[in-house]
Parts: sequence; C-alpha cells; structure tokens
Amino acid sequence: MIRFFYLIEKEFKHIFRDKFMPKLIFAVPIIQLLILPFAANFDVKNINLKIIDRDNSALSARLAGKLSASEYFAASYGKDSYEKEFSGIENGTIDIILEIPKGFEKGLVVSKNSQVLISVNAINGIKGGLGASYAGSIINDFSSGLFADSAAAQNSKKIEILSDYRFNPYLNSKAFIVPAILVFLISLMGGILSALNIVSEKELGTMEQMNVAPVSKTMFIASKMFPVWIIGMAVLTIGMAVSYAVYGLFPKGSFLLIYLFAAVYLTAFMAFGLIISNISSSAQQAILAFLFFIMIFLLMSGIFTPLSSMPNWAQKITLLNPVRYIVEAVRAIYLKGAGFSDLRAQFFAICAFSAILNTYAVASFKRSSS
Amino acid sequence: MKSSAAKVCNLRKVYAGNGGGTAALDGVSFDAEEGEIFGLIGPDGAGKTTLMRIAATLILPDSGTAEICGFDAARDCRRIRQIIGYMPGKFSLYQDLTIEENIAFFAKVFGVRKEDGIEYIEEIYRRLEPFKKRLAGRLSGGMKQKLALCCALIHRPKLLVLDEPTTGVDPVSRQEFWDILQNMKKIGISVLVSTPYMDEAARCDRIAFISSGKILKTDSPQNIVAAFPKKIFRASGGKMFELLKALRGSGLAESAYSFGDSCHIVPKCGARIEDLKKCLQFSAGNFSVAEAPATLEDCFMELNSGERNRS
Repeated sequence: MIRFFYLIEKEFKHIFRDKFMPKLIFAVPIIQLLILPFAANFDVKNINLKIIDRDNSALSARLAGKLSASEYFAASYGKDSYEKEFSGIENGTIDIILEIPKGFEKGLVVSKNSQVLISVNAINGIKGGLGASYAGSIINDFSSGLFADSAAAQNSKKIEILSDYRFNPYLNSKAFIVPAILVFLISLMGGILSALNIVSEKELGTMEQMNVAPVSKTMFIASKMFPVWIIGMAVLTIGMAVSYAVYGLFPKGSFLLIYLFAAVYLTAFMAFGLIISNISSSAQQAILAFLFFIMIFLLMSGIFTPLSSMPNWAQKITLLNPVRYIVEAVRAIYLKGAGFSDLRAQFFAICAFSAILNTYAVASFKRSSS
Repeated sequence: MKSSAAKVCNLRKVYAGNGGGTAALDGVSFDAEEGEIFGLIGPDGAGKTTLMRIAATLILPDSGTAEICGFDAARDCRRIRQIIGYMPGKFSLYQDLTIEENIAFFAKVFGVRKEDGIEYIEEIYRRLEPFKKRLAGRLSGGMKQKLALCCALIHRPKLLVLDEPTTGVDPVSRQEFWDILQNMKKIGISVLVSTPYMDEAARCDRIAFISSGKILKTDSPQNIVAAFPKKIFRASGGKMFELLKALRGSGLAESAYSFGDSCHIVPKCGARIEDLKKCLQFSAGNFSVAEAPATLEDCFMELNSGERNRS
C-alpha cells in the first residue's frame, strides 16, 4: 500500500513540474464559466421587426407603438410594398414583418374584427417561434385592452392564462446553463487527462520500465487516476465558486450531494478516458478519439438542448450516456434543491456506469504494446 | 556445473502483420550461466530486442521456454521482476524528474531503502552525484545511460538484462560502461547484454551470435576466434570500392568486406598471398596485403554467410 503512495507522489510531481498544466486547471473553469453562459444564451431579444402600416390610423399607430416599445423587438417602419420588404427576410436582415392592412381601424370600430399579417423568418427556429408568439401575445393584449372599455367585453367570459415559472421564476437561462457547464468542465478535464494518461507513458517509453516493476495493474492504474480525480474535484470547487461570485448561483440543495455525485461520476467518465488511452498508441489518436466521443456525449446529454425535444430514438440513446444523469442531478440539486431520495435513479445509473467502465478499463489495459 | 541465470530453449516468436509475419525468433536456445556476462551479438533486426523482452517477462514467446534465475518466465513473472534489472534500448526513465528523484522512485517502488541501494551502485552514482538535481531529460546520452543503470540496479537484482545499452553513446562512455559491467560481475550480478558492436562482444565472457532470429554459435569470444577455420588477409591503402570490386572479381577470395579503413579477405582454398598481390597489382593501384589474425567480426561474417547459403 505504501507503494501506492509513492506512485501518486510521482504523478503529482509530473503535474506540478509541467509549466502549463497547473495554469490550465485553474484557467479552464474560470474562462469557460465566464464565456459559455453568455454564448449559450437562449433568451431571444432584439428580434428585427419591420412594421408596414397601410392604415395610418390612430389605432394602427397605437399597435405599432406597443410592439416597438417591447424589449424583445428592434422595430423599424417600412413604406415599401410587402414584396419589397420581404427581401429583407430573404437576406436575413429582418426576422418578422407585421403588415397592418388598410381599413384596420375601421374594421375594429365597426365590426370589432380586423386582421394583421405576421411573416416570420424561421431559419432560426427558436428565434422565429418565440418572436411570433411574443408578437401574438402583444397583439392579443392590445385587442383585449381595446375591448376592456366596451360593455360587450365586460359581459364576455374570458380565460386568462397566468404562468408561474417554478424553480427559475425569471426564466434566467444562466441558472439553467451554469450547473450544466460545471458538469461539462469536470467531464472535459477528467476525461481528457485520463485519455492522455497511460498513452503518454507509452509514448515516452516509461511504460516499459514500469512494466518490469513489481506493481500490479490495478495499483498502477489507480495511481494514475487518483490525481486526475483530485483535479476534477478541484475544478468543480473552483467552478462552483465562480458561479456564485459571477452569477450569484448557489445550489438550493446540499453541497455534499453535488460532491457525492461528482465523485462517482468522475470515476465513470475517467474510466472511459482510460479505455481510450489503453487502445490508443499515441496521444494524437487518444485526443481525436476523445473529441469524437465527447461531442456526442455532451450534445446528447441535455446540457444545451432539452432531451424532451429530441426524437424518441435519440432519447433512448441518451439512456446510455452517463453525462445525461449527472446533468439531471446537478441541475435538480442547483435549481430545485433535490435531495438524495429524489435522485436515487440517477445515482445508481452513474454507479453502474462506473462499475462497468472501470472493469473494462482494467481489462483492456495491456502491459506490453505487442 | 554452475546454475544458469538465463536459460532459453527453442524460443519462437512471430509478430503478426508485416507481410504474413517473418519469425523474429526462430528456435533460439542458449544458457547464460550465473555470474557471467553473456552477450547477444547480432545486427539490427536479428531478434535481440525480442529476446530481451521475453527475458524481462514483457512478452510471451509463441513457443519454447525461458527460465530466469530458475523461474519460468511465463508463470513466475512477478518473482522474476523482483530479481532482474531491465534496461530497455530506449531511455525510459521519467524525464521530468531529477536524477535523485528517479533513483528514489525506483527504490521505493521496488521496496528497498534508497541508502542500501546507493551502496550497491556507489561507483556509478559517484559520477552522477554532482548533477543529482538535474532533470533526467536534460542529461547527455552517457549520463542518461548511467542513470538508467543505477535505476536498474537499485533493488540489487541477480540478473541485469541490458538491451543495446551503448547504442548512441560516445566511445569514452562506452568504455566506462563496460568497466562498470565487469565490476558488476565481481559483486555477483549476472549480465545478459545485447549489442551490435563486435568490439564489445570481446568483453563478454560468452557470446551468442544471432542473425535473422537464429543463433549461429555460442561460445567464449576466445574460443570462437580460435576456431576460425580459415586464413584472413588484410589489404589496406588505395580506394576501398575499387579494391573490393577487384577482389570479388578475381575469383581468389571467398569473401571480401570492408573492415574500418582496410578490407578483410577470406581466401579460397589454396589461394596464396602472392596470388592476391599479383592480381591486385593490375587493378587497384597502391596498397599492401598481409596476413592478419581473425577477429570476432570475421567469425560473424563467416558464420552468417554460411547460414545464408544454406537457407
């Protein structure tokens, strides 16, 4: 057992003697947490809205004013024909065209009924969809405001929908993305360091010397992995500190539970990196293989896009993705304050991944290259 | 009869791939005795490294057995690893650790006190000591090799397995290295060493010539030279290329090959030195021919060409 300690001591010497590595460990979580939440921002603002007002009446001006006052829209007025303005949508400078036809006011006053046209550029589906629904709700609001005065409206029964957003009441997308970025960070650091771990000893030839030393396979692997695990936990700690300092995000649930999940999850994801390291014969191969897998793991984990919007078959595949479970767990702990009993399924799934991947990692570790 | 330090019997190893796989080892047997320096001499690609790796329990042979200090290399690899010191051909210590740290690390991993080990390697370590805080990656070739030897010796092995230890090392360091090996013998360590250099072969107690995965001959260097059956003429001066061309065209030489700045000629039966002189006068200008004692290299060339003719 004392040998294990010496092996770990050696690993830490490698890490801290490297000029680049310690900086990387601190810089990566800070930089990623400062940049990514802004980049992966799903709030839709500044939708370019072109208003073509053919009615030029008091009511049409009121509607246009209401729309352009909204913070969602960057509104401008167009005088040209609809067809001409439509070229703006084609070349991407306009997201939505709102055309108020002639006789808009008259229709409203006389028959309490009138129509407007909304054309939406749906190349960016999220922006288009949200833009159309924002515009729709503003117009509804406008029309109900009109009839609020009239007696007819007072008689008519109305169903009003009031939304209460649970867990993230201000729909702050950072509260949603930052916990996921913590997971992203520990996966990246833990995975890539493990993937490079064994293969770098192979490349340097030092593997050859260790192979004739009386050190068992499991002990050698464990000694290589332990420092990576420590680094992963350190990255998590730094990451949580940054998310509190910069975004004021603090887990509603228990810190210890986050550490517990991260601790087990890291062993699973590091085992995955280790398997890549074992089968690669150069660091270059290991990095390429790791990049390929991590893209799939991260994009299919629900970090950036909700799992529920994926097709059914893709959702089934995500069941085989360990990242999915930890993202669910960390988000639930951060936002909902979930306890262990709420996350039992995720916890056991991660444990199972860890057991299977680690077993395979040790089995796939070969002493000699031939 | 002494017990053996490394005894291999009928080893075969074929690497898959590479055009159907030629045998790296094709029925190799030898017996290196305890307390001797046993040299494995052969050109690059002869199978030396494969053999060393089998002896170090890093790979398993396809067939045949290897017995290291009485333990079977396939079954008792753990025990063998405790009692051998292995130095691979490529420098394989941690380049980002210092001399001191490398030695301390290997001492700890093998479970010996560094102080005990240091005594054992004192002679070599004394030369490294002034640089003990230097990173291994910044050492010269000769120092790297001494450090590697230190690390291989730190746990007081019974057998040293050295795979081409002097390749890429300057002549002075090579001399030094072989002096160290002679001293190892004195404290009772057996040495199994491979090298492509014939001058080093002469410093072994016994050698085995290996070529294309086969052992050509095993004996002491003196016996091998003494048993050389033919005369050797040595021609020097003039232009080497023309000299060799003339010799090979003359029909007098069984073989002729360059040997440093001269060339060695194995004459055909009955060919006398006068015949050679006469023949060469016409073709290759100014040079001298004299009879010379056979060297290990002559023996190797002779054995190797004999083997090639047979196959």
